[in-house]
This record gives sequence, structure tokens and C-alpha cells, in this order.
Amino acid sequence: MYEKPLPIIDPDTAPYWKASTEHRLLIKLCTECGKHHFYPRELCPHCHSDAVDWVEAKGTGCIYSFTIARRPAGPSFKPDAPYVVAIVDLDEGARMMTNIIGSPVDSIRIGQRVSVSYEDVNEEVSLPKFVLSGS
Amino acid sequence: MANGKHGSREAVIVGVADTPLRDGMVLTPMSPLQVQARAAHDALKDAGIKMSEVDGLLTAGMWGLPGAGMLPTVTMGEYLGITPRFMDGTNIGGSAFESHVGHAATAIEAGKCDVALITYGSVQRSERSRNLAGRPAALTMQFEAPWGLPTPVGGYAIAAMRHMHEFGTTSEQLAEIAVATRKWAALNPAATNRDIISIDDVLASPMISDPLHLLDSCLVTDGGGAIVMTTAEHAKAIGATPIYVRGHGESQTHWTVGAMPDAARLIPAEISSRNALVMAGVGLDAMDVVEVYDSFTITVLLTLEALGFCKRGEGGQFVSNQRTAPGGPFPMNTNGGGLSYCHPGMYGIFLLIEAVRQLRGECGERQVANAKTALVHGTGGTLSSGSTCILSTH
Repeated sequence: MYEKPLPIIDPDTAPYWKASTEHRLLIKLCTECGKHHFYPRELCPHCHSDAVDWVEAKGTGCIYSFTIARRPAGPSFKPDAPYVVAIVDLDEGARMMTNIIGSPVDSIRIGQRVSVSYEDVNEEVSLPKFVLSGS
Repeated sequence: MANGKHGSREAVIVGVADTPLRDGMVLTPMSPLQVQARAAHDALKDAGIKMSEVDGLLTAGMWGLPGAGMLPTVTMGEYLGITPRFMDGTNIGGSAFESHVGHAATAIEAGKCDVALITYGSVQRSERSRNLAGRPAALTMQFEAPWGLPTPVGGYAIAAMRHMHEFGTTSEQLAEIAVATRKWAALNPAATNRDIISIDDVLASPMISDPLHLLDSCLVTDGGGAIVMTTAEHAKAIGATPIYVRGHGESQTHWTVGAMPDAARLIPAEISSRNALVMAGVGLDAMDVVEVYDSFTITVLLTLEALGFCKRGEGGQFVSNQRTAPGGPFPMNTNGGGLSYCHPGMYGIFLLIEAVRQLRGECGERQVANAKTALVHGTGGTLSSGSTCILSTH
């Protein structure tokens, strides 16, 4: 039984989470200004155009910043502590929050290359976590 | 406020009050509405104004959700038995009260109300209602809550980690802020934590969310406060000491931490302080005392850089050698701050209350000599919003 918070999926985000179950990382691309963004929005947050399309990201990027949660975010995360919560800059230019998994928490550094690794939670959601590239 | 609107309707603060605490808790069990009513009563008494004269009501809080707190000004007005003609429930986090002062000043000067009351109250410590869990994973929080970011400390930790990476800021430099702030608290009989601490004490305290330790973090306490504002003319008529609101500015950028435009830079404070100073027609060199939101030590560092007291990246050097401590060249957070005085969830109202008391010269042992002008800056959310007030005795 998965007890940690799961997304309350809405029409805005349904395509994103549907793709997650297929291990595809969808982000939005604005065809007006050419910039990607994350999380997905109805209008481009850069130029405010409505010409935004879903595109599949490569799933690679680098760590912009992170923290090691020594104290968990509530009881459901307690078994995981300490764990890394990071902000990753995707190679497309969009920025997303995630967990860095699979490496000792004290080995994580800003700037490290990372790639997506999905955790299958249930039929509706897989969570895009990241591992250090080459690990 | 400034910008050519001087005159008899110029907005002034004439009353302040905060709730007495013992060990961070209200002296007798109270509801959040009781706390606010008591603070309002005391602030009005301080001003020499009756509750029946209040025709502007401003409040923000986290009580009664979902439920009575969904319409906080309406519930608060009902509870107090007043029928205001100006209301503002702006909620941008702990900085909301700096915005309330700015909005009330505008309303008073425009004739929308004559006496404005601003309230806040929380009994989160007594209720043991606080933990590090995130928010429901709906809407934008779908992209934050599943990752287990400890809230709110994790977002500030991510900012601190980035600031260290970009500028070489150290944990020792952040600790300087906690140590200096505790020295102010030692001079404030109302403060919750008054024992002097060292930089080593901060570094040895438990790591909560790297690189922030327990002693880099604000307290979790109860607390309440209220502020009364009116026109300069009314203040004169009733013999109240006026503290002028010379300038105000506000801004916001994000709430989800992943949407921070720059984790090592506090853009809302850059915008809000610039606008407040332009409105006031003064520069930073005019400030005798500075009260800035200290949810965490990193909040202060980012704020000092954003306000322009030092260059970006030089905040660590700026706060070194106990510069902000009592007797130092930069008196800051003179009541002991959120780090050591109290932090009942949303702290911004206490920055204003302390600034008013400093400008009135009521602060006893911690009084900053000849304090005439103060800068008050609130930060809300997770480095999300900023609101700046310039207050003055003239």
C-alpha cells in the first residue's frame, strides 16, 4: 500500500500522468517563443501564447539544487529518510522537482548529470525520479 | 504615504499589540479568534480608539480551514461585532501584514476608511498542529507534494544550497544571523528563547534539511498581533503618537519551489523594496533599524542582498562578525525575530509591531538609539512573496 501523497489528477495534468505510466516524460513546448516549460500549463509562462504542445523530453538534465531531507515530510516519508529532493534542469530548459535515488545521499552535488528512472506506483501514476547518469 | 499625497489624511500607525506568551504558548488556552480579539482590544487601547470606530478590517491567517477561515475578514468582523466599509484579506503568506499596512494606507488616504484594524492569531504550538508534511497534491502541488519536500524548510534549504554553490556562502555565515538574533532576544523579556548561543551551537544542532540546521530555523509558537491605523489628523486630535507609513511595495514570483525563477535570488524583495523606497523618497542609508522576516537564516541573507544592503553573493560577508547584533553597526530583528522571539506560522505582523515600538522609543534594553526611520520587509510562502514598508516618526 503506497501511503505517500499522490497527484490528484485533473484535466490539465491527465496527459502528463498518463504518459508517466508509459515511462514517457511529457513537457510543454511553446511554438510561438520556442521555449519549454514545466509543470504543464494552458498558456506559455514565458510569452503567454496559447500555442503550447505536449512534447516528449529526453529525460536527462543536471541538478540545479537539492536538499537532503533528514526529517521527513510527514510520517509517510519516514522510512525513506534521509532522502534527496532536488530541482533538475532538463536539457530542454524546463525545471522540475524530483527525487535523486540510487546513490548515497551525501554523494549528491549541484551540477551532476542525471537521467529519469520511473517508480511505478499504480495504474494511474508512475513517478519520474532521477538517478546519477552512468549509475 | 509619500508621492505627493501628504496632508491631513496621511496614513499613520497609532496602535500595536502582541499576545503575551510563556514557553511559546498563550498563557491560558485560547482559540485563534480569541487571540485576535484580545490583541485587537489591546492595540485599540494603545491607540486610544474604540472598536466601534473601526471601519477598515484586514486579516490573513491559516485558522478555520476549511470552514470559518475561508472568509477571514468576514468571520473576524462578525466575531468582533463590527461592520467595516473597507476589507482586505490579502494572503501572500507571512508577508501579508506588510501588504495590509500598505493597502490600509492607500484606503485611508483615499477616504475609503478612517480607522483600519489589522489582526493575526495562531495557537499552532498549543494545538500541536504543525508538522513538516506538504500540502494536498492538487493543482500545482501535484508537482511538489509527491517528492516529500519537508515544508517549509526544504524549499529554503534548496535556496541555501544554491547560494552556497554560486557564492561560497558557508554554514558559519548563516549561523552568524541566528547567533546575533538570539542576542537581541536576550534583551527582550517577551522572547521565547533567550539563552545566548554560539556559531558552534548552531552547527552542532540537528540537521533538518541540508544545509539548514534546527537553529537555522524559526520557532514554532503561538502568537497574535494587531495594528491600528488612522489619519495623521485623527492621531493628532486624540493625542496618539503617529508612526508614518512613508512607502510600500510588494511582489510575488512562485509558490511551488520548482517554479522559483532563481533559487539564490529573492526577486520579490528586489521589486517591493525598490518601489517602497521610491515612494518614500529615501535611500537605504536613511534606515536606523531594519526588521526582516527570518523564517530561516538563509531568508535573511537573501533579503539583505535583495534590498541592496550588500551586493548579490556578499550577504555572507555582510552578516559576519556579528554585524547585526546589539551594539553592532546594523541593528536588525531587534525583538529576537522569528528565530528566537516567536513564530506563529505567519510572522510578518511582529516585524511591524517591533518597528513601531523602536520608532516610539519603547524598547528598553534593546532600544536602538535615535531610531527615526525603519525598513520592514516580510517574506511569505517559500521565498514566494515580498512586501516592504518604510516607517518613520516624521
